[in-house]
Amino acid sequence: MGQIFRNKDGKSILMKMVKAIQDNKAYLGEVDGLIGDGDHGMNMNKGFTVFEERFGSEEFGFTEGLEELGMILMNEIGGSMGPIYGTIFTAMAEKGEGLEEISLTGFADILEYALAKLQTIIEAQVGDKTLVDTLSPAADSLRQSQKVGWDLMTAMNAMAEAAAKGRDSTKDMVAKFGRSSRLGERSRGVLDAGATSCCLILTAMAEGIKEMVC
Amino acid sequence: MQRILNNPDHIVDEMLEGFVKNHRDIVKQTSHPRVIAKINAPIAGKVGIVTGGGSGHKPAFIGYIGRNMCDAAAVGEIFSSPTAAAFLEAFKAADGGKGVACLFGNYSGDNMNVKMAVKMAKKEGLTVRTVIANDDVASAPKDQRDKRRGVAGEILMWKCAGAKAAKGGKLDEVIAAAQKAIDSTRSIGIGLTPCTLPAVGQPNFEIKAGTMEVGIGHHGEPGIKVCELETAEEMARRMVDTVLPDYPFIEGDEVVVLVSGLGATPVMEQYVLYNEIEKLICAKGIKIHKSYVGNYYTSLDMMGVTLTVMKLDDELKELIDMPAYCIGMKEE
Repeated sequence: MGQIFRNKDGKSILMKMVKAIQDNKAYLGEVDGLIGDGDHGMNMNKGFTVFEERFGSEEFGFTEGLEELGMILMNEIGGSMGPIYGTIFTAMAEKGEGLEEISLTGFADILEYALAKLQTIIEAQVGDKTLVDTLSPAADSLRQSQKVGWDLMTAMNAMAEAAAKGRDSTKDMVAKFGRSSRLGERSRGVLDAGATSCCLILTAMAEGIKEMVC
Repeated sequence: MQRILNNPDHIVDEMLEGFVKNHRDIVKQTSHPRVIAKINAPIAGKVGIVTGGGSGHKPAFIGYIGRNMCDAAAVGEIFSSPTAAAFLEAFKAADGGKGVACLFGNYSGDNMNVKMAVKMAKKEGLTVRTVIANDDVASAPKDQRDKRRGVAGEILMWKCAGAKAAKGGKLDEVIAAAQKAIDSTRSIGIGLTPCTLPAVGQPNFEIKAGTMEVGIGHHGEPGIKVCELETAEEMARRMVDTVLPDYPFIEGDEVVVLVSGLGATPVMEQYVLYNEIEKLICAKGIKIHKSYVGNYYTSLDMMGVTLTVMKLDDELKELIDMPAYCIGMKEE
């Protein structure tokens, strides 16, 4: 008990991710407006809402949903977040599609694979004030939880905490990639918008998975 | 916010429909909803010129599709890169069998999506080469030119490359002309008010009344400093003194000067500024071969201007003098 969730039960996890982005559209726009161009909330909301409109009344599993969402972001939204989140979600889908039951080990593999794939298209490392600062510690925490033998529920809480800590860490960083990197010191003191949306997504994912643990 | 809108989320698609209807003698819609092409593209035997970028910069990017200019453009959401799929379709729409030059501005989203599209094009047997515009001197120090943004200098790059392709240049010659054009070009912007994304509904950054942001980017990216609002003469001096030493443009050079409004600054004021700019440049013994003043590359409803200066050699002069006929520049 408490060690897996079923891939086929994953629709509600995706719908929670959609809601998290929709609910925070304005907030993400504000965060982005401080050192970016303010369109992050709008574009993320548009992509996630297209997914909801197209698949909200369909049945799909966790990795199927991630694949469809990723393709929408990549092929229909563009910007920099289209290829970035598109790569993350389609990579997660690719790594997990053969799994009927997803264990903590399986989920750690999935997130690590997504991070590795992301780093083939962007050069950002931890500390560069990007969403890597959220995604990387979240993936690390899953592996850590698996090593110490935590159950999936506890591991999800730990992942959400690691993601939030990672997001907060971007506040004191100077941006090295993306549009805000041209600001140098002026980018300090503000959260990174990508790290913020990534935290919202991972937190929603953790909440969704916790409800499906069996 | 007082705007002419239906659903702000559909503004790009509705704008494109209206644009194609009004300019059906110059452009056409392609099979991809976010790709606009020249009416007679592709032209067999000619290198295709493609550009693309986020919306909100009218007449850029689609307004520079036309004779001796670009053959197709990919269109993104407001201030957001087009998708890789859109760039790929634009390559196909422009390809006349001699390869495609994709000439775009240095922004992370555009870089990523173009890179992906070039890879996809290669798989389909299409040759695409790229030149990335980086003319904005305020966006990074000179020793990090590869980090600088592309701004209004892109127009001069398209014009030189478009002319080279129209003269029958091969893909490597077109790419070389585009690279030389942008390497010879420097720009700077000054912002007086912020701009508002229609779907957001309020300005997403602040420029306090009585101040101006020197070095502002085309999406409101903060510049190098904020200072008190100056007279046109002082503003011109500040811009000229930043742009000229960066290249550097020196006595005896021949240049093209382009002053573009950022969307909400009256053209009248742009002429006041240009008058001062020309005086300052000429006083340095630099000859202005050609100048452009108007809303050539905007940022929604931002008040402000950009100054772009390009140094000419014999080749660039010949290319820049070839008349372009597109929505943004009708030089017949």
